[in-house]
Amino acid sequence: MKPPPFDYHAPHDLDEALAVLAGTGGDGKVLAGGQSLIPLMNMRLAAPAHLVDINRLAGLATVEAGADGVRVGALARHAEVERSERVAQVQPLLRSALGHVAHPVIRNRGTVVGSLAHADPSAELPAVLAVLGGSVRVARHGAPPRDVPAGEFFLGPLEPALAPGELAVSAFFPAVPPRTGTAFVEVARRHGDYAMAGVAAVVTLDDDQRIAAALVACVSAGPVPVVLDLTAACGRRPAASTDWAAVAAEVRDRVDPDGDIHATAGYRRHLTGVLARRALRIAAAEAAGEYGWTDER
Amino acid sequence: MSGKRGWPVGEALHEVSLTVNGVVRQARVPARRLLSDFLRHDLGLTGTHVGCEHGVCGCCTVLLDGAPVRSCLTFAVTVAGQEITTVEGLAGPDGEPSPVQRAFAECHALQCGFCTPGFLCTVTALLRDNPEPDELHIVEGISGNLCRCTGYQNIVKAVGRAAELAREGGEGTA
Repeated sequence: MKPPPFDYHAPHDLDEALAVLAGTGGDGKVLAGGQSLIPLMNMRLAAPAHLVDINRLAGLATVEAGADGVRVGALARHAEVERSERVAQVQPLLRSALGHVAHPVIRNRGTVVGSLAHADPSAELPAVLAVLGGSVRVARHGAPPRDVPAGEFFLGPLEPALAPGELAVSAFFPAVPPRTGTAFVEVARRHGDYAMAGVAAVVTLDDDQRIAAALVACVSAGPVPVVLDLTAACGRRPAASTDWAAVAAEVRDRVDPDGDIHATAGYRRHLTGVLARRALRIAAAEAAGEYGWTDER
Repeated sequence: MSGKRGWPVGEALHEVSLTVNGVVRQARVPARRLLSDFLRHDLGLTGTHVGCEHGVCGCCTVLLDGAPVRSCLTFAVTVAGQEITTVEGLAGPDGEPSPVQRAFAECHALQCGFCTPGFLCTVTALLRDNPEPDELHIVEGISGNLCRCTGYQNIVKAVGRAAELAREGGEGTA
C-alpha cells in the first residue's frame, strides 16, 4: 500500500506547468487534490513515471460566480465550491451534488476539476457538468486554450478528452435559467460511497407552470454520464398531472447499466428510473418556487 | 539494493520542511513519501494511525492549515511549508486535554483507540467551524471516520459533550 516511485515536478506558474507536462509526454500525470489518484497509486493500480504537482499554482485556486454561470479553477477544492453562497445562488445543483461527493474531509482536499478530469461514470460532478451543458477549459504548451463541451469531454470510463501534455485548467457550469429548478439524488450502499445509481435533473417550466424542458444525467448507468432529454415523456403538463410512472419507464428503457457485486444491472436500471422520477419532481417543484417540497424524498 | 535510510539507490530525495504542532520539522524523503509515513517514520509522531491507506477509514486524519485531511492521501512534498496539527498537538500547552479529548474520555467514546486520533482531529475542526452542531451535522461530520468497536453512539454523544465543554471553557476564561 505504498505508491511506486515517480519523478516529481512542482512548477510555480501555469506556463512552467504546461512546459513540464509537455516534456513528460504520455507518462505524466497531473496531481491536484490527489483524492482519486493517490489511492490508485497506493494500490499500485496507477504508476505514472512523472507527477506534475499543480498545488503551487495559486492562480488556479479560483471560484468565479457571475450572472452567466460558475467558473471553477483547477485548484478549487470541493469544500470551497460547496460553501460558496454565491455559487449556490447562481447554480444550486453544484451544492446539492457536492454533498454526495465522498466525505467532508475528502472534500477539503479534492478538487472539482480533478473529479471531472478523472471522468469516473460513478461520480457526481461529471453528471452535473453533462446535464448543465457545461465545458472544460483545456490548456497545452504553446497553443491557446480550448473549451471542450461536456458532451465531448467524457469519452469512456476514466477517459477524459485530454491528450498527453494537456491540463484541464477550469470548468464552467452555466447558471440556472429563469423558471428552472435542479435536483441531485443518489443511492449508495453507505453515505459517501460511489452511487449505485444517481440522477442530476434540470426542469424548466413555461408561464403556465407546465414542464417545458426536462433533462437528466444518470450516474453509474453507462460508461459516461448518460444524458436523457425527457421533455417529450413529461408531455408539457404541470408536474402534478405528469405521468411519472411512464417517465420512469422511459428512463429504464434508455439506460444500460452494468451489474457488479453491489447491484445487478436490473436493480440499477430500476433505481435509475425511481431516482429520475424523484429528481424531476423535486426540480419541477423548485422551478415553481415550492421550496421545502419534501414528498417522496 | 538500498541506499540511505532504505530508499532505493537512485531515487531522488527532497528536503521537506513542515510546521508540525507549532515546531518546524524537516526530513529528506522521496516524493512518494505519504504525509502519514512522514509523520510516523521520519518525525517519530506515531499518534497518527494508518489503517486502510486508501482514504476510507479516516484513522490518519490530521489538520492541514486547520482543515482536516487524509494524511495517507497526501504526499509530504506537496504540503511543504504548510502547517500540520496531529493528535499530539491537540492538548493545551501544559498537557491539559482539549475539550474534545476530555469528552471522548468522559463519554467512553473509544475502546481499542485505533480510530481515535482521526476522530479527535476531525471533531476538533468540526466544532471550530460549527460550535453548536445538531445530531445530523455531527453524524455527517464524522461519516468519513470508521470505528469498529463503539457502534458510534458514544462518539456522537462525545461530540455534543465536547461542544458543551468548549462553551463552558470559553465562558470560564471570558
